[in-house]
Amino acid sequence: MTSLDIDLPFTKRTLANGLDVIVHEDRHVPIVAVNVWYHVGSKNERPGRTGFAHLFEHLMFEGSEHYNAGYFPPLQQAGALLNGSTNADRTNYWEVVPTSAIDRALWMESDRMGYLLPALTSQRFETQRDVVLNERRQSYENRPYGMVMMALSAALYPPDHPYSWMTIGSAEDIRAMQLEDVQEFFRTYYHPSNASLVLAGDLDTERAFELAEAYFGEIPAGVRPQRVSHHAELSGEQRLVLEDRVELPRVYIAWHSPAMFAEGDAEMDLVGDLLANGKTSRLYKTLVYDMRIALDVSGYQSSREIGSFFLLVATAAPGHTLSEIVERIDEEVGRVADQGPTAEEMDRAVAQAEAHFMYRVQTVGGFGGKSDQLNAYNVLKGTPNYFVADLNRYRNARPESVQGAARHHLRLDRRVMLSVIPRGRPTLALAGSTPVTVS
Amino acid sequence: MGADPTFTFPTIVRHTLGNGLRVCTIEHRSVPVITFSLQIEGGSGADPAGREGLAAIVADMADEGTGSLTALEVSDALARIGADYDVDVGGDVTDYTLTTLTRFASRGAALLADIVTRPSLLESEFMRVRQMRLDRLRQLKDVASAVAERTFLRLLYGSHPYGHLAIGTDASLRRVTPDDVVSFHAGSLQPSRATLIVCGAMSHEELLHEAEEAFGGWSSVAGDTAGAPPASEVAPGSRAVTTLAVVQRESAAQSELRIGQLATRRVTPDYPALLVMNAVLGGQFVSRVNLKLREEKGYTYGARTNFDWRRGISPFVLQTSVHTASTADAIADSLSEVAAVRGMRPPTDAEMLLAKASLTRGYPRGFETAQQVARSVAVLSMYELPDSYFEEFVPKVNAVTSADVVAAASRHLDPARLTTLIVGDYSAIADSLRSLNLGEPELHAADF
Repeated sequence: MTSLDIDLPFTKRTLANGLDVIVHEDRHVPIVAVNVWYHVGSKNERPGRTGFAHLFEHLMFEGSEHYNAGYFPPLQQAGALLNGSTNADRTNYWEVVPTSAIDRALWMESDRMGYLLPALTSQRFETQRDVVLNERRQSYENRPYGMVMMALSAALYPPDHPYSWMTIGSAEDIRAMQLEDVQEFFRTYYHPSNASLVLAGDLDTERAFELAEAYFGEIPAGVRPQRVSHHAELSGEQRLVLEDRVELPRVYIAWHSPAMFAEGDAEMDLVGDLLANGKTSRLYKTLVYDMRIALDVSGYQSSREIGSFFLLVATAAPGHTLSEIVERIDEEVGRVADQGPTAEEMDRAVAQAEAHFMYRVQTVGGFGGKSDQLNAYNVLKGTPNYFVADLNRYRNARPESVQGAARHHLRLDRRVMLSVIPRGRPTLALAGSTPVTVS
Repeated sequence: MGADPTFTFPTIVRHTLGNGLRVCTIEHRSVPVITFSLQIEGGSGADPAGREGLAAIVADMADEGTGSLTALEVSDALARIGADYDVDVGGDVTDYTLTTLTRFASRGAALLADIVTRPSLLESEFMRVRQMRLDRLRQLKDVASAVAERTFLRLLYGSHPYGHLAIGTDASLRRVTPDDVVSFHAGSLQPSRATLIVCGAMSHEELLHEAEEAFGGWSSVAGDTAGAPPASEVAPGSRAVTTLAVVQRESAAQSELRIGQLATRRVTPDYPALLVMNAVLGGQFVSRVNLKLREEKGYTYGARTNFDWRRGISPFVLQTSVHTASTADAIADSLSEVAAVRGMRPPTDAEMLLAKASLTRGYPRGFETAQQVARSVAVLSMYELPDSYFEEFVPKVNAVTSADVVAAASRHLDPARLTTLIVGDYSAIADSLRSLNLGEPELHAADF
């Protein structure tokens, strides 16, 4: 198979205040994507103060000193699509605007980067705290299996490890937050030297840098925060059980795995495809298609900055048990670790990776579009020049390296096994499971 | 802000193959990717009464083995070209869509043709697919939003062909037989009932050639497909409106709400005015409903309104999920916002400006990828809208006045005919609901 001619070209400069600015031209549609990453997420929080980074993201849409009102109206009036999101490692904000509205988008982004606090009232803060508590109810508490990732995170990491809590935070911590904490958080993390700006789309590169300098150049640099580092490992197999409002039992099996972009990260991604992506994957074929003991199966490498986890999930088909399922999963995991993938499986996985890299460069903006990609590489890899190298991690993977990664990381005696079962049916859990409660 | 940039909307070239298949080709050259989208007449609205869920089973089974390939071989072939394959079963039509890299165009087209025109429809695969769907239904009982969606359609439409989810119900799925699948497929999947949209980085001639090669040999099966009239032509019965209904969900953290009514058809001349009305009322973040319930009151993570468009009479729906303790207050605020846009509080100049601008200035954004363009053309095909539709969209929306919005809202929304559905902890909210004066609620089970 011939390799694809695929690239993501850019120009990068750093302003005097430390703000990275990256520009990518694409003139197909008269729109420009503005994408800002702050290198702060829930891993910068501490126990008792969880949920902070995400609540803060909400406050970034409530007004800033020179536009002291909601962030959405002036941009939606300009035809923009906009949003933001927070995860463990970073917070991102983006607008996709018609070319004619680029000044407005940059003005708005720069005002909230430089001048948020004067507009931050306790009333706005309290309303958004309620909104976030409702987000937590909607996306976690009131959803089947919604509390699982909280239980898993707490089991995989010790309590002082920043990945041991979820980005949404604990309800108790969210209620306890004070306006002063928020102000301190802004001063620590929201400034040019902890941020990265991408402009992508229908604009001239030189003009883009002039605009970036004009709107962001005057904002004081701030002190670059210390990077977070932490180590975690499991010393044995941990079996847990969580009761939930669900009909069918489901098992989650989680392992520690290499951090994003580290050696073995792409291989573990391929292991996820091999085991659980699509009908031809080994676990789907065995558990769901042939034996019909599971209703569904999924699996993936969840790549993160200071350490990842690898997860397999399967729901028992009615009349079947989690232990039947786990027995087969262990066989298949063992087979990958002992023999690795076939050449055919590797070809298929690489073909899919290439296609998906191509699909990712179809849009300039939004979550996962070209501007978001460039910022991800710049912030988490230290250079935007990583698109082709990223794809090459998959192209260069070999059956032996995939096998090696599986053998090294998917040890049956170093993992968390969480049974999620219908309320009041403890016998449906895997034998020897300890009850956990999450709230 | 500068002048709005000009944008040339894609040119659609229409062809008809010898077998009657309509083909639309669109050149789209930003990335070497191609999308094939086959739209077939008949969606979940074509399910025979008592066999609800049949259309979706047929769509699901299409890639479970074709011609000489087994189900797993089809899946393998799709993976080898990195294809993104998806089926969408709507109320009126079913769309089979495959996206792949341009260099795999012929293989992708051939695979899609196999899937749609030569599926094996084996009894063994049928049993498997149906069982998976029955198991999924069982799981959906725990998903508040799914319970709300299913119950609300039934409250609005009753036994009308639009009155059920595409997945059907436990009882109806159990009645479906392998023969039903074969005859539904034979009756509906015919070239004369289909439109193929091909959008990608090739010339119109090349795109048409790909379509010809893959679909030119698809032959029409003899036999009449008439059967029941299309769902869009069935008038909803004049049922008494349910004002308030509750599905009990013990100790739920939130109440899942649906408030709405049957409104009008997608092809109404009021469409531009209703789009603007929806943008003012609940179609975007800065709409009245979201600003009130989320940004002012903090009752919810978000609230929105939309028209769930179909060819026939379509519903207008407000949906949100609110903290249990705020349920009655959130309903009162929602009802008063819907009523107010009919005249008590007409859209202000600022709201009109904002709503229209966000609809029109952002319009070109929807034409960035081959898949987006194919989807837009599929909408034209479904509602038989003219090819000039994209060009006319912006001027038509810009011509809407505040008075037009009020008039359209008055014609199509009637507060006396609104249905409010709550999926939540009834015991915790029963007392507070009385203050709404909506009468005693109908209690429904979370049945599927």
